[in-house]
Amino acid sequence: MTTTIGSRVSEMAGRVGDSPTRPDGIEKLRGEFVYAQDLHADRMLWGATVRSPHPHARVVSIDISPALAIGGVHAVLTADDVPGRATFGLEQPDQPVLAGGEVRYWGEPVAVVAAEDHDTARRAAAAIVVEYEVLDPLVDPEEADRLDEVFRRMTIRRGDPDAAGSVVVEGYYEVGMQDQAPLGTEAGLAVPDGHGGVDLYATSQFVHVDQEQVVASLGLDSGQVRSHPAGVGGAFGAREDVNLHIHLCLLALHTGRPVKMVYHRSESFTGHVHRHPARLWYRHHADDEGRLVRVEARVLIDGGAYASTTAAVLANACYFAVGPYRCDSVAVDGAGTRTNNPPCGAMRGFGAVQVCFAHEAQMDRLAAALDMDPIDLRRRNALVGGDSMPTTGQTIETPLPTIEVIDSLLAMPMPGPDIPDDHHHLPGGSGLTTEAGDVVRGVGYALGIKNLGFSEGFDDFAQARVRLTAEGAIVETAAIEVGQGLVTVLAQIARSALGVSQAHVRHVDTSQIDSAGSTSASRQTQVSGGATLEAATRLRDAVLARYGGDRLDDEGVWKGANLVAPMDEVAAAGLSETATFRHPPTTPPDENGQGGVHADFAVAGHRAVVDVDPELGLVRVVRLDTAQDVGKALNPESVRGQIEGGIMQGVGLAIMEELILDNGVIRNPNFTDYLLPTILDAPDVEALLIEQDGSWGPFGAKGVGEPPTISSTAAVAAAIRVATGRPITRVPVRPQDIVGV
Amino acid sequence: MMITFRLNDADVSARVSAPTSLLDVLRDDLGAFGTKSVCEQGECGSCSVVLDGEVVCSCLVMAADAEGSDITTVEGISADGLHPVQAAMHAAGAVQCGFCTPGIVVTAAALFDTNPHPSKDEIKEALAGNICRCTGYGAIVRAFEDLASG
Repeated sequence: MTTTIGSRVSEMAGRVGDSPTRPDGIEKLRGEFVYAQDLHADRMLWGATVRSPHPHARVVSIDISPALAIGGVHAVLTADDVPGRATFGLEQPDQPVLAGGEVRYWGEPVAVVAAEDHDTARRAAAAIVVEYEVLDPLVDPEEADRLDEVFRRMTIRRGDPDAAGSVVVEGYYEVGMQDQAPLGTEAGLAVPDGHGGVDLYATSQFVHVDQEQVVASLGLDSGQVRSHPAGVGGAFGAREDVNLHIHLCLLALHTGRPVKMVYHRSESFTGHVHRHPARLWYRHHADDEGRLVRVEARVLIDGGAYASTTAAVLANACYFAVGPYRCDSVAVDGAGTRTNNPPCGAMRGFGAVQVCFAHEAQMDRLAAALDMDPIDLRRRNALVGGDSMPTTGQTIETPLPTIEVIDSLLAMPMPGPDIPDDHHHLPGGSGLTTEAGDVVRGVGYALGIKNLGFSEGFDDFAQARVRLTAEGAIVETAAIEVGQGLVTVLAQIARSALGVSQAHVRHVDTSQIDSAGSTSASRQTQVSGGATLEAATRLRDAVLARYGGDRLDDEGVWKGANLVAPMDEVAAAGLSETATFRHPPTTPPDENGQGGVHADFAVAGHRAVVDVDPELGLVRVVRLDTAQDVGKALNPESVRGQIEGGIMQGVGLAIMEELILDNGVIRNPNFTDYLLPTILDAPDVEALLIEQDGSWGPFGAKGVGEPPTISSTAAVAAAIRVATGRPITRVPVRPQDIVGV
Repeated sequence: MMITFRLNDADVSARVSAPTSLLDVLRDDLGAFGTKSVCEQGECGSCSVVLDGEVVCSCLVMAADAEGSDITTVEGISADGLHPVQAAMHAAGAVQCGFCTPGIVVTAAALFDTNPHPSKDEIKEALAGNICRCTGYGAIVRAFEDLASG
């Protein structure tokens, strides 16, 4: 079935399927919500970071004495002051907490400072004298590939390697380096506990993995470090890796004082990983009817200086290199390179974005070569539930409504053909550069597919605890709310499972509950939601059993028409249940990249309508409509928020967002030169949610955060291609790619 | 130097050094954390405040220049309850991470206080200097279109 958003009314407000308002919305609207940037403690010091001005150099010496001579400076720490493991990393600990012998990327931390106030800390950092022997940086990923400087190689071989079609199209594609650009920069506060341990409150997507890395590098026992969920101003992948977390704890324990640190904007651009830039070579073979016979691809992504999640991003790019299409003969060769470029890691879409741009361009090329409608070609090859993944051979056991996505997109109304002669609605906007008569319009389609949750045998679980109290149900979790609305949806799940109208989420630290895993991979609604549903269901069953009832509501426990235990009595019993949810197990791939490596999938499609000024190379995205496979929309308005926000980031990658590197140095680490879409760039969006039963998420929900960002970029590029006739083989599309100079 | 100004209908003073921005004084000296520091160069609108009747980026105002001025931050937009723009955003799901939200509230309140029924294009022009990274702006536009038609 399909669902139109915003039309549901429920007798039980705030339960699954409703769209209740956010519990933190009023605090955020009144400026009262406390973010990591807003934390304060008595006797608090400020931290600052000394960063390498070179992408590759040997550290000859560090003279900290000028900083220590400044009044109000309490500590200056370098690599020699890291008491435990000298390195950290999400998948392998290869990144120095503070670089000692060698710096490997521009902006790498070499020292940290704590001082009485923010200005003094920054002045002290600037006073430290680091002598470098500058080395040649390795910045070309193809050269790194030749030198075998790689974090991972990936080989996928499936089916007959000699399969050949009558029609063959080839292409080479590039994707630039995108930044998550969350509005809140990295920030945190570390508070010594007076017994050798520390409490950390910092921006994060995954407090348990932060805590493990702090423990290792500080050489403490696990019980001595508590990582607390703090208010987070957006994430999009940028907060999976540790950045200031270990530094803050080091400084706090060294000084015995609370220490706060907030990155400034340009520092933030070096303080977190980015979306991997990619180079992609493709060859598609099809028969005369347009059925895919074989797909061959080479995928090269640049991981930059340190591992971060490059291995997993590369694998994802390779697994989804064909897109949501059937094909029995596939060969993919991938490499994630190690260079002296800024480290890359997680960003919304996680490898699927880059290959989607390429496989969708290929599908359009193939349609042109076959003289076939591009939508018909996609429908003819559509991958659906029960099919085998073209890359891994895994049978898709949850619903995959690719056909419904295509048909829904086609059924959506198109804007009228007239281009309004109003600068608000023309490329170039209030710059008044463009006249309506010169504008050309294009319409492009794209489909994308991605895994949900962690893959390749990772033990992916989340724990949640549900208590029944006089204030209603309390869901305790260490899962991070980054803005996506987890605090809303977990409460909805608890209300639905328990039958009570009051439910709230309480974030607890790493010592109080087991891991919820990362707020990434579109996974928290499915995994922490699954844990919440299981805990709440068990709690309801335990309450009913204790009082011999058959129904629980706000008044208490009922047996038939009799109230057998009023709620105040039930709440006073202090009952709680804790549940750990695991999604269906996955396996690592074999040497040919085959196996059941994924737990679930989601498909989405986008239709972009663009107006282009071909003389100036300016683009206005007029509409971007979408149909998305959501399993079950637990909160339709929140799903729409994810869709519209994800589309906007996809539009950003398509036409404006790129970190420009010059021999390893980021040339535009600020919001003046790294362009972000504004409200004037926002297209109108209609979103259709495709609901089908069968996923293992609570109530059949699938993750919804990433699919909006995957094929939206490709759809905009396709529309520009249609409008201009230009090949458009790289994103972001630059004016010169349209003008052809 | 000492500066004194009106902040949300109260007299406040702070000791500032010459290069300090109004934003830093609000947050670090006066504890008015509702105003957000994001880009520090006037591109994103997250630090928007009303200064003598005009919406400005407080990161671009030297604190010394605020001497004697009348400033309203997000904390002063509504003494209690919600300003209509806040209520409209809440109802429309226009808040996600919330980091852009105070700047949008301040900017939109100034718009609606002078133009209660703006068109969609007028809403977008007024908010063109406020970057939101989460919502894609759809719910923000719907919130203010609803308010404008009410």
